[in-house]
Amino acid sequence: MSEARDATVIRVEGLSKTFAGGFEALRAVDLEIRRGEIFALLGPNGAGKTTLISVICGLVNPSQGRVLVDGHDSVQEFREARARIGLVPQELTNDAFIKVWDTVSFSRGLFGKPPDPAHIERVLRSLSLWEKRHNRMITLSGGMKRRVLIAKALAHEPEILFLDEPTAGVDVALRRDMWEVVRQLRDAGVTIILTTHYIEEAEEMADRIGVIRSGELLLVEGKHALMQQLGRKELTLHLREPLATVPERLARHALSLAEEGHALVYTYDAESGEEDGTGIAELLADLEAAGIAVKDLHTRQSSLEEIFVNLVKEEA
Amino acid sequence: MNLESVKTLYRAEMARSLRTVLQSIVSPVLSTSLYFVVFGAAIGTRISEVDGVSYGAFIVPGLIMLMLLTQSVSNASFGIFFPRFSGTIYEVLSAPMSYWEVVVGYVGAAASKSLILGIIVLVTARLFVPYSIEHPLMMALFLVLTAVTFSLLGFIIGIWADGFEKLQLVPLLVITPLTFLGGTFYSIDMLPPFWQAVTLANPVVYLVSGFRWSFYGISDVSPLVSLAMILLFLAAALAVVAWIFRTGYRLKP
Repeated sequence: MSEARDATVIRVEGLSKTFAGGFEALRAVDLEIRRGEIFALLGPNGAGKTTLISVICGLVNPSQGRVLVDGHDSVQEFREARARIGLVPQELTNDAFIKVWDTVSFSRGLFGKPPDPAHIERVLRSLSLWEKRHNRMITLSGGMKRRVLIAKALAHEPEILFLDEPTAGVDVALRRDMWEVVRQLRDAGVTIILTTHYIEEAEEMADRIGVIRSGELLLVEGKHALMQQLGRKELTLHLREPLATVPERLARHALSLAEEGHALVYTYDAESGEEDGTGIAELLADLEAAGIAVKDLHTRQSSLEEIFVNLVKEEA
Repeated sequence: MNLESVKTLYRAEMARSLRTVLQSIVSPVLSTSLYFVVFGAAIGTRISEVDGVSYGAFIVPGLIMLMLLTQSVSNASFGIFFPRFSGTIYEVLSAPMSYWEVVVGYVGAAASKSLILGIIVLVTARLFVPYSIEHPLMMALFLVLTAVTFSLLGFIIGIWADGFEKLQLVPLLVITPLTFLGGTFYSIDMLPPFWQAVTLANPVVYLVSGFRWSFYGISDVSPLVSLAMILLFLAAALAVVAWIFRTGYRLKP
């Protein structure tokens, strides 16, 4: 197994889940997670993100399909599969009266690892929890509890870490901290899969992004590829004199009128190679030839958020 | 067998009850002692011997059984219900443990706790009434089997219950009446013939009878029948637990 480590650390094949009530939470999902990447699973509430994670981690039985974790079937070889995974759940679930040190040590033992106080100390220090190690859970703030849940998930030295909505209900400063923690983990070689409905988070963190809606994985792409493919650039030209319609001689350009004729909006592919160009030079030349005076101009690239909204709208 | 995981779960469960030592140890011992004072010392002196044993001594095995049953059920049901209720169960379910290892952890801890309590009460009883134990090994066997069987029952209740009311329901409406009517305070041949027959449908009768036999060599039903019945309950409880795991009932959708 170890001599030829597969680049794919998790392989999800044709995974479907229909709950007892008949609700189809996942529909034939195929997904590969690469070793060492940060993968963001992006989708609106109720899209099936948590269900997908729950099936991989063994909390929910699949209806169809299978999951391989480092080559181990998550049902038949659940010990090998689960030993590699750490899970940070969405809800801040905890035993209110247990102490931080005890609950993190408990997690390690539960995953079958012999006690290792040095490792627990490292984990607690890396999450700025060391000072709080003798505190009971009930005395901690929400952000601290979230960190304890991460510490618990890391206590058994997993290769793969699932973070289900890690920054839900977390303030901005703490969210930045959390991202920093995730980056450090990735640098340490941990594969990270996080779910989020904050696009900002996916954009900031992820190497690759999967968009899920109504139990279907709409697409999986590298973040940059996704933004390149779907990212449109807009050039807005503010005009001196308003136009009633787009003049005939400018028809070959993808133009539309905006601001009641005071502006022309030109949409183009940001990444369309250099040989055919963006068409901006030709457009400006044609504008001049048509005698249209431009007062000001600016360009704007669509963010992942807009891409996502468009994507989910398109499919709906 | 993933021994480290089982050990961790078992220890955590035991530690949880040590955190609430007053509730888990002192209160059952106190309430059982009250029974000894009232029924054994106060009222018992006015009651003639039952089957050649003083009344105070006669009720000792029954009271230990009573405490063992209720504590096993409540320890085990709370032990599994609480993590389900608070959501911390996710960790146990995502751990590389088989279902049976989870059972050994939870049920083993619950049974251990009620066994410890049983022994404490046994020792405490000696302060109030003199008694003898004729068959100590059989007594220990009855104790262990009962603690394990009823902890399994508690585990099942803790998985079935979807609220705190249901958690209380079965112990209150089923276990307590059965134990009181199970011959703890009387020998069933004191009952009219009709009620004697009805009583034989009460599983607790077999437990109390067998347990009392291990003390004094007297019993309402043959000790072998008692043993067979306990094993039957144990098998039934294991079958239900196996079904729960096969279907994922209330644990794993």
